[in-house]
Amino acid sequence: MKFIRGYPEAMRKSIDNVNKTRSKRIDEVIADMTLEERDKVLKSFHPDYKKETKENIAWGPNKGDLVPIEVASILNAYPTVSPDTIDLSKVDYDVGVLIIGAGGAGTSAALWANYSGVPEDQILVVTKLRHGDCNTIMAQGGIQAADRPEDSPLIHYLDVMGGGHFTNEPELARALTEDAPAIIKWHKDIGAIYDLNEDGSFVENPGGGTSRNRMHAAKDYTGMEIFRTLRDEFNDLSIPILEFMPAIELLTDEKGKITGALLYHLETKQYFVVRAKITVLTTGGFGRLHVAGFPTTNHYGATMDGVLMAYRAGAQLKHLDSTQFHPTGAAFPEQIVGLLVTEKVRSLGGQVLGYDGEQLCYPLEPRDVEASALIRCCSSTENYIETPSGMRGVWLDSPIIEEIKGKGTIQRDLSAMYRMFQRFDIDITEDPILVYPALHYQNGGVTHNKNCYTSLKGLLAAGEISGGVHGKNRLMGNSLLEINVFGRRAGITAAKEYKKQTAKGKLTLNHLKTTVTALDALNIKDKKYSPILLPEYREEAVQNRLIQLYEEIR
Amino acid sequence: MSKAKANSKPKDNVSPTVRIYIMGEAKDVPASLTIMKAIEYAGYKLTRGAGCRAGFCGACATIYRKEGDYRIYTALACQTMVEDGMYLTQLPFVPAEKAKYNIKDLSPSAETILRYYPEVARCLSCNACSKVCPQDLSVMDYVQYALQGQIEKATEASFDCVSCGLCAIRCPAEIPQYHVAELVRRLYGKYIQKYPETLDKRVKEIEDGVFEEGFKEFMSMSHDEIVEKYKARDFIDQKKK
Ligand SMILES: Cc1cc2nc3c(=O)[nH]c(=O)nc-3n(C[C@H](O)[C@H](O)[C@H](O)COP(=O)(O)OP(=O)(O)OC[C@H]3O[C@@H](n4cnc5c(N)ncnc54)[C@H](O)[C@@H]3O)c2cc1C
Ligand code: FES
Repeated sequence: MKFIRGYPEAMRKSIDNVNKTRSKRIDEVIADMTLEERDKVLKSFHPDYKKETKENIAWGPNKGDLVPIEVASILNAYPTVSPDTIDLSKVDYDVGVLIIGAGGAGTSAALWANYSGVPEDQILVVTKLRHGDCNTIMAQGGIQAADRPEDSPLIHYLDVMGGGHFTNEPELARALTEDAPAIIKWHKDIGAIYDLNEDGSFVENPGGGTSRNRMHAAKDYTGMEIFRTLRDEFNDLSIPILEFMPAIELLTDEKGKITGALLYHLETKQYFVVRAKITVLTTGGFGRLHVAGFPTTNHYGATMDGVLMAYRAGAQLKHLDSTQFHPTGAAFPEQIVGLLVTEKVRSLGGQVLGYDGEQLCYPLEPRDVEASALIRCCSSTENYIETPSGMRGVWLDSPIIEEIKGKGTIQRDLSAMYRMFQRFDIDITEDPILVYPALHYQNGGVTHNKNCYTSLKGLLAAGEISGGVHGKNRLMGNSLLEINVFGRRAGITAAKEYKKQTAKGKLTLNHLKTTVTALDALNIKDKKYSPILLPEYREEAVQNRLIQLYEEIR
Repeated sequence: MSKAKANSKPKDNVSPTVRIYIMGEAKDVPASLTIMKAIEYAGYKLTRGAGCRAGFCGACATIYRKEGDYRIYTALACQTMVEDGMYLTQLPFVPAEKAKYNIKDLSPSAETILRYYPEVARCLSCNACSKVCPQDLSVMDYVQYALQGQIEKATEASFDCVSCGLCAIRCPAEIPQYHVAELVRRLYGKYIQKYPETLDKRVKEIEDGVFEEGFKEFMSMSHDEIVEKYKARDFIDQKKK
């Protein structure tokens, strides 16, 4: 196959169309959809509305909820450990505050617990892989905060509610938008960098579904800059952390209060027991479940463990029927299919085009609407572009950014994107990017109130694990915000609980017995086990040859 | 380098393959894979050596040589395609200590850098760090800028660092460059970059309860009322039809 500057010759024809229409498109504005039009495209094309991709949760507090099959199969699975084989009488770590999952939400919860008076040796953070393997570090586009005089938390609130189709919890949406400016201030205080204009004001761009420009960014490494600053501060405070030590179950006392967690050493395969006065769940999302077979933008460990652990202990879940597909996952080259092409490309003026080089829709619709419009083009029209491996996609015109915002904008403001495609010989300042929606964000999850209390005593939650803040659709830039707003609130609440004169509870795995009894009653034929901790990417040929040398404890 | 024999060729595989050596063991893998996916294709379930899988977290630092080539190469396994004759290994962990400080007590100067990372003064200007950087950063330049107290320049040059740690492993002067870069950037963010005035004003307004009434009103609205409010928003920053 002949490649010309990274693209197969056959795809060049359509790229020519894109180049031809560009000058005409610079001032062309496509009308955004009315609420009715949005509704129509969602119902016809969004994967959430496809019945065949859904299954019921079969037991527990959310029994009967229709959720993606992949989610149901985790929740309807058996625990990997049996209570009888675990000795809970020896406590390996006895702490005040246990934080499970060290992404952005977990790291800021730890910081704020410590700032609020919990001594560092009374905090323990445990995480699945490295401190830094998380969705937070990969966030590119930005974080929202209404700090400009012509903007306000109230306008931000309306955008959040409308983006979520008014299914959000109002008090959570209020906390999100009202705390936002203080979060940016905190970041500046501990030395994080945000892009500024010459005059010292923030660079603020629009995002899908926002009525004001309020997206703050650090080039297209926003999550990385925020996260590494939090992590450096965390290390400065000497807060203990265990890496490669995922939690696999929560522990409960006789009354069902959360009293700690069971950890699993990924390398030595031992278990460890943690007792804690208060536990904070911040394990993030579920992209690696590959809902509806989609490739994902998420990090390797995004397997929904936290939601599962909380559910087995009796927690209430919400909105897990809705899943966020990011409109622009990479569709070419094959090596990076599914990796994120940040929404910032559209914030800066990038347009979405069909084979003919004409705009398909308003480029900054709320995410679910935009994704549905792209799927519509690729599944019910002929106006898509096909790659040599048979994948369909549409163009995201990046070169137009340089015409609107000036030469050099891409290398300056989108250096991660520029580098990612450059590695495969594609120059996004010269040629457009082929995109198709990718599984991006877990809209629903564990419910909590504005101070992060869940429906279970002793358990707080914050971050992507949660359900309610964004309703059934999150807008760009509100998740980096959420993990800081509710991470901080969880840390403050944990400190409050820590200071209460209550004794630590007993440690049991009784809730697993309840789980197993409920599952047994269902007579499931093909029994599965969870949490899975990591997705399986080995070839089937390899999996068929695996043998277990030592008898597995189950 | 000894050449272990490949034990199996993928059968009825139409796509072209290349031969790579994973920690010495020969494997034929599809030529279209990244190093990370090739390692998985060969049967490894990664725990170390994989994180974001997208070029942001630095967990997948990889070192390799090629058949008939004395040079040492480095890559992010998730962002690099396999090539014929690669002898690969991944870094499971980088032993490099981060200095501890309270960012609120520092000044943005060369003295600060040298107080916490005195080894920076040992830089030999050999450029080995820049050569191994999988992000193609001019690592040596930012180390030199840091040493000279040019915090802004050091920040710019180091900004795209993903903290994989390859520089720190390669450095003959034993400098943990990527940790130095973190200190540099925080000094820049806190002390040198301008501070937007809008921020404190807005934070104070919120503390003073300026939006309290508005929120109360929103919270008491019915679904239809809030939908009407939403529809009535104006778009003063954006071109809309
Ligand atoms: C590619 C990408 C780009 C994005 N861009 C943006 C953006 O521009 N703006 C925006 O607002 N949002 C963005 N998002 C969304 C946002 O980054 C995430 O929703 C948010 O960072 C989630 O933070 P978190 O702390 O809840 O979870 P994470 O950051 O994912 O952290 C969860 C941590 O918990 C660990 N963990 C998981 N299971 C266990 C277990 N069993 N035991 C212990 N630890 C466990 C994980 O390994 C991980 O380290 C983006 C997301 C992705 C994937
Ligand atoms: S896995 Fe994160 S950079 Fe490669």
